[in-house]
Amino acid sequence: MTDKTMTPEDVVARLRSGMTLGIGGWGSRRKPMALVRALLRSDVTDLTVVSYGGPDVGLLAAAGKIRRLVTAFVTLDSIPLEPHFRAARQEGSFELSEVDEAMFMWGLQAAANRLPFLPVRAGLGSDVMRVNPELKTVTSPYEDGETFVAMPALRMDAALAHVNRADRLGNGQYLGPDPYFDDLFCEAADSAYVSCEELVADFGTAAPQSLLIKRHAVTGVVATPHGAHFTSCVPDYDRDEAFQKLYATTPWPEFAARFLHGDEKSYQSAVQTWHEESA
Amino acid sequence: MTSRAEYCVLACADAWRDNGEVLASPMGTVPAIGARLAKRTFSPDLLLTDGEALLVGLDGRAEGWLPYRQHLAMVTGGRRHVMMGASQLDRFGNQNISCIGDWQRPARQLLGVRGAPVNTLNNPTSYWVPKHSRRVFVEKVDMVCGVGYDSAAAAGPSATRYHRIPRVVSDLGVFDFATPDHTMRLVSLHPGVTAEEVQDATGFPLARADEVPCTREPTAEELRLIREVIDPQGLRDREVPA
Repeated sequence: MTDKTMTPEDVVARLRSGMTLGIGGWGSRRKPMALVRALLRSDVTDLTVVSYGGPDVGLLAAAGKIRRLVTAFVTLDSIPLEPHFRAARQEGSFELSEVDEAMFMWGLQAAANRLPFLPVRAGLGSDVMRVNPELKTVTSPYEDGETFVAMPALRMDAALAHVNRADRLGNGQYLGPDPYFDDLFCEAADSAYVSCEELVADFGTAAPQSLLIKRHAVTGVVATPHGAHFTSCVPDYDRDEAFQKLYATTPWPEFAARFLHGDEKSYQSAVQTWHEESA
Repeated sequence: MTSRAEYCVLACADAWRDNGEVLASPMGTVPAIGARLAKRTFSPDLLLTDGEALLVGLDGRAEGWLPYRQHLAMVTGGRRHVMMGASQLDRFGNQNISCIGDWQRPARQLLGVRGAPVNTLNNPTSYWVPKHSRRVFVEKVDMVCGVGYDSAAAAGPSATRYHRIPRVVSDLGVFDFATPDHTMRLVSLHPGVTAEEVQDATGFPLARADEVPCTREPTAEELRLIREVIDPQGLRDREVPA
């Protein structure tokens, strides 16, 4: 069977400017940050990013790589407001398609199920309808005759996700309490790249319901230990709150110069050095 | 002597009275203490989460699994009463947490709409405002995230079917929308606050009776639970200073 292992650089080499790119995780939790960092080092730009947003969105916004963002929120969780997302919005740097969390989920479901839309009782009466004038409603063909928002499928060219364990075939396992929507991101995208804390030969006696991502939906697998840093990847590690605070309070050029000038290995070692200095 | 923060805890707890077996989703410190107080006293059947993906009992032990995808399904199933925050809240209960100013290019970008649209159309949604001011209580919100009574009515029967805003609690008092036109009404004042003070801190005229009662007093047992069991560290005072 196909060995799908690749490097972060291999993943980015398969992405193109102008693509619609989904990013798994939620807020500042289990984000495929090593893959995002690889993307930051590339020329790929002009992206439509689809994400329950956290620092993935902040980093890509600060680097000017987003043309349009599809999201319900962008947050660092313990720090409610994402500074780079905020600045980019206030400068009008990209277009925004702002939808509700549940609308977003049903958009992923529609895409994964090859449906053009799914009906939702969310959005009606809110300004989500005003700021997304392309959103349409649908009337139930049954007796109730109710009207719902027809949430369009969030189909993506590519998706990135990060899990705790994966095998070389592309099966992905999460070990934390929440799968987020990573399986749906992979199924809703034409190609999906899954990074992991650790590559395993097999999943042994794992609880079967932890085997979240199935290989048929995965194009590439990347071993990136600490690859979700500084977001959380429980139980392997919690969010690096001290470093996240540094990220949120340091001017972008300074942060980028110190931590993002080299490859993933040099990022991880720069982080370690910073922790030693601030200990 | 009962503190202002403790009256706020009580007012939040009472939002979940007689709610039955539903998930109480408090956002903010005082509502979180209130939900626990309600569960320990008059609403023992409430469900609570650990703030992540687990349903937990009062001892913190897991009794269920509630990842985000199931949490969103619980919202649409209606067996939940959320108490959300608000950067802006208007007289019909429209709420904004997305951005301040023009949405196209906001003066201040905030969180985004998050789940406010789905919450307000599907399960009872109350609000908690720790610092009552004209900046929060505005004539008109800049972006309707949580749907108010006028917006729901304008959107039609699918929007109003499960729409309900049981109460708003602030550091000054308790409010609801039980008026003929569903505009916000002052229900009770926390002791030490006058109706004039509340009106001055509100950017629209509040409906109110001639005599507005005080927020109820805690029982001795409720005070003990708040002070010794649920919040011995006094986190409530950080959200609502004495």
